[in-house]
Amino acid sequence: MRSRSGRGRAVMRYSGLKILTEGLFGNRGWKPVWREPDPKADYDVVIIGGGGHGLSTAYYLAKNHGITNVAVVEKGYLGGGNVGRNTTIVRANYFLPGNQEFYSHSLKLWERLEGELNYNVMHSQRGLINLFHSDGQRDAFARRGNAMINQGDDAVLLDREGVRRLLPYLDFDQTRFPIYGGLHHPRGGSARHDAVAWGYARGADQRGVDLIQNCEVTGIDIENGKVRGVQTTRGAIRAKKVAIVVAGRSSQVAAMAGMRLPIESHVLQAFVTEGLKPVIDHVISFGMGHFYISQSDKGGLVFGGDLDFYASYAARGNLPMVEHVMEAGMTLMPMIGKAKVLRSWGGIMDMSPDGSPIIDKTQTEGLFLNCGWNYGGFKAVPASGWCLAHLIATGESHEVARRFRLDRFATGHLLDEEGTGSQHNLH
Amino acid sequence: MRITCPLCGTRDRREFTYYGARDYLDRPGEGAAPEAWDSYLHLRDNPAGRTEDLWYHEQGCAAWLAVERDTVTHEIFAVRLVAGGEASGGSIGPKKKPRRKPAGKAAEGQA
Repeated sequence: MRSRSGRGRAVMRYSGLKILTEGLFGNRGWKPVWREPDPKADYDVVIIGGGGHGLSTAYYLAKNHGITNVAVVEKGYLGGGNVGRNTTIVRANYFLPGNQEFYSHSLKLWERLEGELNYNVMHSQRGLINLFHSDGQRDAFARRGNAMINQGDDAVLLDREGVRRLLPYLDFDQTRFPIYGGLHHPRGGSARHDAVAWGYARGADQRGVDLIQNCEVTGIDIENGKVRGVQTTRGAIRAKKVAIVVAGRSSQVAAMAGMRLPIESHVLQAFVTEGLKPVIDHVISFGMGHFYISQSDKGGLVFGGDLDFYASYAARGNLPMVEHVMEAGMTLMPMIGKAKVLRSWGGIMDMSPDGSPIIDKTQTEGLFLNCGWNYGGFKAVPASGWCLAHLIATGESHEVARRFRLDRFATGHLLDEEGTGSQHNLH
Repeated sequence: MRITCPLCGTRDRREFTYYGARDYLDRPGEGAAPEAWDSYLHLRDNPAGRTEDLWYHEQGCAAWLAVERDTVTHEIFAVRLVAGGEASGGSIGPKKKPRRKPAGKAAEGQA
């Protein structure tokens, strides 16, 4: 077994020179990126869930707060859930106070993430363009753009010719939704999803956090209203604090602590084509058609649409939505018609009644909850971990996440970004 | 997925609009505590497995259906009419349509 403590061991730094040297000597010098420790009997903090949010929480607990006696317990493998199944869009184009400052903070963390982690997460600020198709929608986007600028982020309102200069291949004269213009968010873009999880995992491991894979939590121990630890398939683990960070399975894990969450699970599908030469330089969203698309660095067109609309835990989608997404893509950009779809997949979304997430304490002392990311969790990975680590370490909500309260549904302080009301599948 | 409507027979999933869990049938009465409304509107068991939820046969007979099904396998076990069936109370009559997602939401996907 390898060393238990990450502190004091030689940490491999990645660099261009390192890659060159390893290339010259047969790549024999690479070491495993993280340890695979057995769980200890007790920890200061146990984080349930080794996805993007759980790993970034562990990283910032160690980095920002010096709390390193931490275990991340993951029932499968690290980054094997939604962080490995999404369409990788990173943006800060929110409108409501409460969401705005949080995603703005997250985007700033993204912008320095690679240097911070010494890991190439392939963050590419290629620009995001949200298309609009009517005068009323233009007004709404102008208002949103102003809100983004007031928050300190960037937004440019493009008219039809402005969009045409950037995206000449769109069908501007489609009869149903002719393109009037778009809201350009130049700092928006994408990143390599797996790399984000791996980078945080490596950074947390280097600071002494135990990453424990193939370890499913089967119970949460609570005594006198205070959390004592967790039961797992690899034995009991005592902990002073426990955080549930398992979007996609939040209702099941929270039920172990006697909680009933404001969450309904839905499937969101995504698709990727065969690799093509560079053709789509931006991230484009076509809201009227429920369609969005970007091109990966491998060349595949990565695109998706809307929820399947009924509660489901099947990590695969239904065919009517496949058809709908393809139709929307063809309506927007007929040029992709001959690209072959390589594969499609579905992820399980924690849909909350207002479309916004939850980062909060629970009624159980020492038990924290991070869930309800709807279909917007990927871009939030850095700030979500930052804010949950802050909450765990200090007992107070971070200022940019203070409205992500669990009780906001009961008190009426909703963060309904789309204004669609309290129905889980309408956001 | 196909749903067998008690009135129309087996039909394609696209004829039906999903509303939510059967919790919507248990609308709190007049003077109910705020917690009851919170539970009714927001809190869900959200099981990975057997569940019962409400579907509207929008492109068929316009009946509200309670569908017992599995959220993991998508197997359907039973379908019954909400109105005129054995369901108790509730405000969902055949004339109230469910809200559908309006076109124009910012389709950002898992972003």
